[in-house]
Amino acid sequence: MIRVQREDFDVGVEIAAISGRNIGAVVSFVGLVRSKDGDDPIRSMTLEHYPGMTEKKLAEIEAEAHKRWPLEDTLVIHRHGRLEPGDQIVLVITASSHRQAALDSCAFLIDWLKTSAPFWKLEERGDSEDWVKARSSDEAAAEKWSEKSK
Amino acid sequence: MKLLYFAWLRHKIGTGEEDIPLPDGVSTVGALAHWLKTRGPGYGEALEDLSIVRFAVNQEFADLDQPVAEGDEVAIFPPVTGG
Repeated sequence: MIRVQREDFDVGVEIAAISGRNIGAVVSFVGLVRSKDGDDPIRSMTLEHYPGMTEKKLAEIEAEAHKRWPLEDTLVIHRHGRLEPGDQIVLVITASSHRQAALDSCAFLIDWLKTSAPFWKLEERGDSEDWVKARSSDEAAAEKWSEKSK
Repeated sequence: MKLLYFAWLRHKIGTGEEDIPLPDGVSTVGALAHWLKTRGPGYGEALEDLSIVRFAVNQEFADLDQPVAEGDEVAIFPPVTGG
């Protein structure tokens, strides 16, 4: 399931809602707003997204995970709007009969969504606002999953 | 056609969305970007370096040679930074 929302989420509630016929492993990843990146403290982070395309790309990524691994259930929640350090940004939950599929698919989902879901972060530090630049390390992290699929 | 701009492209162009008729002689994303540059200084600045800009046509990522047609939704934005 995919949810794109402004509201916060409760990881415990979301894990408890995961369901399947034969779940032996549940893996979750929670992304938070850092308090600093380099030397300057971050005051806030505002996430902009492309309504419509965001949901479409997240659903495609989720479908790809189900194609690659035997998954019982998955959930991706991504927030948008203004967030502060410590706030939750993104949640990925995967459930499978065995741990390896749940662990690998969770890493795949977060790596892929970082490079293909249309979100943009605006960071506020002191009196300045800057759009976060894409990192080549994120591209490399996503790329390693495409090599595995060949 | 519907044009959408996100993140710093939206700031530089000064709007997030506009509807325009398909410009004469424009049949690809690249030609559209080239045409948009001539519309004003904000557009020129936003689209100066196309290597740092990404495109989507009808909500699918698109290259500069991707065709565009009347009625398409074309979005222009920086590389994504979610997660």
